[in-house]
Amino acid sequence: MSKPLNPIDALLKKTSTWLEDSGPMPSIVISSRIRLARNLDKYPFAVRTDDESMLEVMNVVRDGAAHSKMLKKAHFVDMDEISEIDRQFLVERHLVSREHMQNPEFRAVIIGDGEAVSVMVNEEDHLRIQSMESGLNLRNAWTTINRLDDELAETLEFAFTPKWGYLTCCPTNTGTGMRASVMLHLPALVMQKQINKILHTITKLGLAARGLYGEGTEATGNFFQISNQVTLGRHEEELIENIERILNQVIEHEQNAREALLTQNRAQLEDRIWRAYGIMGNARTVSSAEALDLLSAIRLGVDMELMSDLDRTTLNELFLFCQPAHLQKLEGSALSPKERDMKRAELIRQRIGKT
Amino acid sequence: MLCELCKKSQATVHLTEIVNDEMAELHLCDTCANEKGAQVESNFGLSDLLSGLTDYGRNDEEEERSNPVCENCGMSYEEFRKIGRLGCSVCYDTFASSLGSLLKRIHGSPVHLGKAPGRFAKPDKGKSTMGDLRSQLETAIEREDFEQAAVIRDQIRRYQQKKAKDE
Repeated sequence: MSKPLNPIDALLKKTSTWLEDSGPMPSIVISSRIRLARNLDKYPFAVRTDDESMLEVMNVVRDGAAHSKMLKKAHFVDMDEISEIDRQFLVERHLVSREHMQNPEFRAVIIGDGEAVSVMVNEEDHLRIQSMESGLNLRNAWTTINRLDDELAETLEFAFTPKWGYLTCCPTNTGTGMRASVMLHLPALVMQKQINKILHTITKLGLAARGLYGEGTEATGNFFQISNQVTLGRHEEELIENIERILNQVIEHEQNAREALLTQNRAQLEDRIWRAYGIMGNARTVSSAEALDLLSAIRLGVDMELMSDLDRTTLNELFLFCQPAHLQKLEGSALSPKERDMKRAELIRQRIGKT
Repeated sequence: MLCELCKKSQATVHLTEIVNDEMAELHLCDTCANEKGAQVESNFGLSDLLSGLTDYGRNDEEEERSNPVCENCGMSYEEFRKIGRLGCSVCYDTFASSLGSLLKRIHGSPVHLGKAPGRFAKPDKGKSTMGDLRSQLETAIEREDFEQAAVIRDQIRRYQQKKAKDE
């Protein structure tokens, strides 16, 4: 593994591979992610650990990762050694959790090339291995993470019993330790007021539905994350197939809702999309909530081919760069919320092609 | 009906969740529902309700009476029940009997079927998994645990279907 002066700055210049408009079903599914919870057999879990033990875990995992081929070009980032903005930046990038950001001592993250794989060290479990893909691509994410997990298991002794599988700090993760999730853009189901019914059905089928930023936050804009709840008693592939099966139905409902909007309310729909475009091309201050809302409308316009001069990759990037830490990294200095709203408006005007 | 968490107020929020064909119901009062998971309507997550679930429907288990303490990390059964988290891998042995029923309640099945680290891996994955399932089915029938037996039977069926499809 290499350690340049500031690996975070390097990330800023490159696009995460999962943001590229290359995966299947890109008009509805933004990204697919799988994470595996693993613990080292000999060390106490997070709720019973101490500084010394956490430091040891960090070193052991770092050494283990150094033997992995897949992490050859990865960066090891000590959460305590980077600035608060950089930590926030990693959260916005989906590379670390909020929990990881808020308690940076003796915690780290290993970031693979292109951000396709990463490993949080000393989160609720000693390792939280992650694999991310663009579009609906849980199978590729599984192939990748399965290989990385095997590589790491060659040097790291994971807590495991044949009866209960991988032993995790929280019993909701025991077994496979796997959480597979997809990020969906469902604006038509929201507009048609069908979304609550759909989300309710999803939770009844044993899956969880959350807002854009994962656990504990309300769904922001029209973005939803759907993931498995069950981790024990099923094969990883079976859990993934189950999500895909339900997901395909959700996608179909969203497609039907979009179709219905087009036939029943085309004028209003177009008006909404073009108004959003007009505001984005001219506004001088934009809050993050407004940005999410307007970008969602514009994305719908692009996805439904009502608008042709923009591409999805640009929009995906804008979603990412409109967030507070990304704006401040772009500016190169800390910004007050008011200044951020101005910077955000400026960035959107530039990228959307007007001045 | 009284709330299953505080057992004091009238239950007004009724949740039903179906995991692996097994139905779990939870009846809460407004206050507990708000405390436990906020937007229960659209966001009923088992993990949020976990500490509640360890209480909910608990049996008169060995650990309930003796309150064992994990000799490796010092976690007591009572503390585990309160925070819903385990202190180390040895805790899984220490609290085995109540964990078994808790895991079954959360996941619908208490038996791991997924991958294993290299040092545990079996030479022929496909065959041994099928064999494992068959012996698990026999044990479940011997125990007269027909609910679990039905789960395993369905898993065997899915396997056979998948195998037929692959061939």
